[in-house]
Amino acid sequence: MRTDPPSLLSLAIDSALLHISSFSDLSFLPEHILLDLFLRTLRAGKLNEKILKLFIATGKEEILSLIDAFNIQCVLTPVLPTISVKDDEVDIVIAAIQPDLTSFLEEWRAVFSRFHLIIIKDPDHKEELKIPGGFNYDTYTKADIQRIIGTSNAVTFSGFSCRYFGYLLSKKKYIISIDDDCFPAKDNEGNQVDAISQHINNLSTPATPFFFNTLYDPFRKGADFVRGYPFSLRSGVSCALSCGLCLNLADLDAPTQALKPALRNTRYVDAVLTVPARAMMPLSGINVAFDRELVGPALLPSFRLAKEGKFRWETVEDIWTGMCVKVVCDHMGYGVKTGLPYVWRKERGDAVESLKKEWEGVKLMEEVVPFFQSMRLSPAANTAEDCVVEIAAAVKEQLGRIDPVFTRAADSMVEWVKLWKTVTTQT
Amino acid sequence: MAGGSMAPTPLLKDELDIVIPTIRNLDFLEMWRPFFQPYHLIIVQDGDPSKIIKVPEGFDYELYNRNDINRILGPKASCISFKDSACRCFGYMVSKKKYIYTIDDDCFVAKDPSGKDINALEQHIKNLLCPSTPHFFNTLYDPYREGADFVRGYPFSMREGAPTAVSHGLWLNIPDYDAPTQLVKPRERNTRYVDAVMTIPKGTLFPMCGMNLAFDRELIGPAMYFGLMGDGQPIGRYDDMWAGWCTKVICDHLGLGIKTGLPYIWHSKASNPFVNLKKEYKGIYWQEEIIPFFQSATLPKDCTSVQQCYIELSKQVKDKLSKVDPYFTKLADAMVTWIEAWDELNPTGEGLTKLSISNGPAK
Repeated sequence: MRTDPPSLLSLAIDSALLHISSFSDLSFLPEHILLDLFLRTLRAGKLNEKILKLFIATGKEEILSLIDAFNIQCVLTPVLPTISVKDDEVDIVIAAIQPDLTSFLEEWRAVFSRFHLIIIKDPDHKEELKIPGGFNYDTYTKADIQRIIGTSNAVTFSGFSCRYFGYLLSKKKYIISIDDDCFPAKDNEGNQVDAISQHINNLSTPATPFFFNTLYDPFRKGADFVRGYPFSLRSGVSCALSCGLCLNLADLDAPTQALKPALRNTRYVDAVLTVPARAMMPLSGINVAFDRELVGPALLPSFRLAKEGKFRWETVEDIWTGMCVKVVCDHMGYGVKTGLPYVWRKERGDAVESLKKEWEGVKLMEEVVPFFQSMRLSPAANTAEDCVVEIAAAVKEQLGRIDPVFTRAADSMVEWVKLWKTVTTQT
Repeated sequence: MAGGSMAPTPLLKDELDIVIPTIRNLDFLEMWRPFFQPYHLIIVQDGDPSKIIKVPEGFDYELYNRNDINRILGPKASCISFKDSACRCFGYMVSKKKYIYTIDDDCFVAKDPSGKDINALEQHIKNLLCPSTPHFFNTLYDPYREGADFVRGYPFSMREGAPTAVSHGLWLNIPDYDAPTQLVKPRERNTRYVDAVMTIPKGTLFPMCGMNLAFDRELIGPAMYFGLMGDGQPIGRYDDMWAGWCTKVICDHLGLGIKTGLPYIWHSKASNPFVNLKKEYKGIYWQEEIIPFFQSATLPKDCTSVQQCYIELSKQVKDKLSKVDPYFTKLADAMVTWIEAWDELNPTGEGLTKLSISNGPAK
């Protein structure tokens, strides 16, 4: 009980406390008044997240140390479980198709420098790798590949497939891989896209493969499940694969790009969505991330075209891999997301030249897609390895007679699983 | 190969009807006037038929109230809901056009990120006139849009796509949430403009919202029955959901496509979440049974028309869902009544032929 009447200052602070929720900025207040206001707010039980942020935003030292001393934390009230992924759970695997990675890594420095990089040099290149300083990385060359896996024929790691060697060696949970001709993109507001954190976000929040949500990813801020979405399906499943997209040079095939040489992808579609169960899609290896613990063995370097080359138009290895992964995910109950993040893909190569050299890939898709669409795994397949072995057997049986590339792929897949088991059991 | 058509979208003003259910007034049409005026409107007046609904000047329309519905359908009028926007499907039945666009009376013109007014109807027409791709997912979304195409790996034999039966638009501002979500997030607004149209893959179900919806009546019309809701029924706010699930199963069976995404409209009114909860309550539990039913529903090969598929579905509903609640027996019967009423109001050459055959000698 006070005997003195309250001072004018005290009354003013009390009045401010009454209207505290209507303030948007407190930084004009002198520190001692700010402190008093903070303590009174606490006593009045009026400290909530918004108001706490106001005080923190003033940047005044005494306030900040008081908050520290009281151990007041900004508690996020999640609508979904907030899983925080630590940097050391991530490996960024880069296939160095071109040996000079300077401009690529400089452009990505702000985003990549926190993480460990695994850089695999395309064994077909003779030149030395050029890597700028300041990154935490390990490199592997042809010599390393030969040392670790011997001279196995069925599984080759040349060209774009050299990245799979990185997947094999990594010990991390999350792997992110971006082609070395891709750079950070800008979103519709002109902000640079952090592709790594978007992939991590995709992989660490649930996927919803069993029912389509018309507002796309319900776990994104500002979105949710729509009316009519069954409640029992709202917890979702683990996301095992995150497929990103490209601006500028989209991942079109050679005939399409050759027919429309001026076509560039300028549309930034601000969505992440889950590819529904049993729906197949073509995976673009240009910008991809996955949960190695869940589906690692299913990302495999097995589908090599006879004339596979160094431009994406001359390959379909990722398309094949993607469908294997999707079959595995559908069987094991994992999800696959597509959409954000975008990367900016530089101009490289000539679609017409690629088409002249390699068009088999386009033709083979006619057989590949129906095969995977009807592929069903047995209940005995409990792990990704088991699934891959079953798929390989089916490939050999059903597609082997159509083209030798399929028999080679099936053999390679079996070899790959053996290799995976060997390498991963070695500490 | 997908061709990005540079030609302007045809108006289709003699081939499209706009169906609007209303119980209040049609003031919202003023905002839509620049886009809707060329078209014929079918207004289905719910609630008290003695109330006069004023239609803004200059629109060409026909209006049906409950008395009209009873007069036209006779005893079959029992399949049309009362005191629920589900009554709109009566408009689909009486229309004589190829395409239908239906919109709620609390939906307004939205703006795209550049600030331009969105002509929702034009986008729906674009969606319906070009093919869908339900058999294989295109990661660049609608490959027929200008500036897009099929991605590497997409088989050429699948690039012709399937005819588009339904175009499902979305909503900015008040999102289409169910009552529990509305209660937990009363202030959430949908501010994200996702610049994409995409096909919902074959075999995947989705929640179809009737607020901003267009469809090809000739391809799928009879499947767009919005069920028994509202007055005297144990459930509400599941009318469009029910139609959507039936429609998707039938589209998958007949090889038709359904698109979702653009266009956006601006949804202005959030209905009372407590009232909604009362209406939806049973639906929230029932949908746990309903969804597996639709997910596993298969139609026999000899069901080649929408009506045949729908009748077959109604049998399966009666068979498998009646144990959930006797409501589904009533609903299954209403589904049959709906098809009978549809065929009566829309006799086809086929129907006339069947009539003459049945008059001939017995097999």
